[in-house]
Amino acid sequence: MTIGLGHYLTVAAILFTLGIFGIFLNRKNVIIILMSIELMLLAVNLNLVAFSAALGDLAGQVFALLILTVAAGEAAIGLAILVVYIRNRGTIAVEDINLMKG
Amino acid sequence: MNLEVLVFYLFASITVAAAVMVISARNPVHSVLFLILAFFNAAGLFLLCGAEFLAMILVIVYVGAVAVLFLFVVMMLDINFAELRQGFLQYLPIGGLIGVILLVELALVLGSWTILPSAGGVAAAQTPAIGDITNTDALGRILYTHYLLPFQLAGMILLVAMVGAIVLTLRARPGVRRQSISAQNARTKELAAELKKVSSGQGV
Repeated sequence: MTIGLGHYLTVAAILFTLGIFGIFLNRKNVIIILMSIELMLLAVNLNLVAFSAALGDLAGQVFALLILTVAAGEAAIGLAILVVYIRNRGTIAVEDINLMKG
Repeated sequence: MNLEVLVFYLFASITVAAAVMVISARNPVHSVLFLILAFFNAAGLFLLCGAEFLAMILVIVYVGAVAVLFLFVVMMLDINFAELRQGFLQYLPIGGLIGVILLVELALVLGSWTILPSAGGVAAAQTPAIGDITNTDALGRILYTHYLLPFQLAGMILLVAMVGAIVLTLRARPGVRRQSISAQNARTKELAAELKKVSSGQGV
């Protein structure tokens, strides 16, 4: 028995599903939602790296690097928005974020 | 059962268990700590794939920067997290349904797919043989030549994210007395002091 591409893809699929599940489970808490998004991006990275290793193609790792960059930027911007929102409203409940509904 | 299989299942099971704890922990600080654990074990999986540079970057960037940023925000903000957990179970059925549907779809995809035997020959950037050059070296060689434009764009994304985060959180507090060097330098003797001739017996 050896570890192949399918094993890594299974782990990544489970991680991605847990990320989706976390978003629905913690509908009120923006911080946990951001962490769930990080989990999903990690799953995508795992997919890219697994395919890169299986196909012998280094380009997958390059794009995993780019996704890492985007994830870092997304976390920084998301947390900055969160800090500003709490400063203005005093809560992070997602249901209260309805000022832009018009 | 050889060592690779054992290590893979160790890393994979801890990653998945930590991910479960991230989304179900009662305390957000514990969530962040479990997120760090998940990142560490994902880095182990990357190592097992032979992507050493990405594994180290994952530890440095995710654990060292992103997770610590989360930790700072969670600890800095004074939030009643117990109140936020109201209705936690209310979304469990719909979330579970969507999760199961997604997992079944992914399982269907995983179960029915094959890679063409000829696909190995069309690699955009062939991975050099192990022992030839290191993973970091090989990655750097194609990152700074063939993928220079995406690399620079990633740098621009980071720059824009940094500027955006600073602009969002910077605030001008009213009532703070700051030093103004230009105003200090612009002061002259006439502006600073006023001489008055006071005649004796009278006030100013």
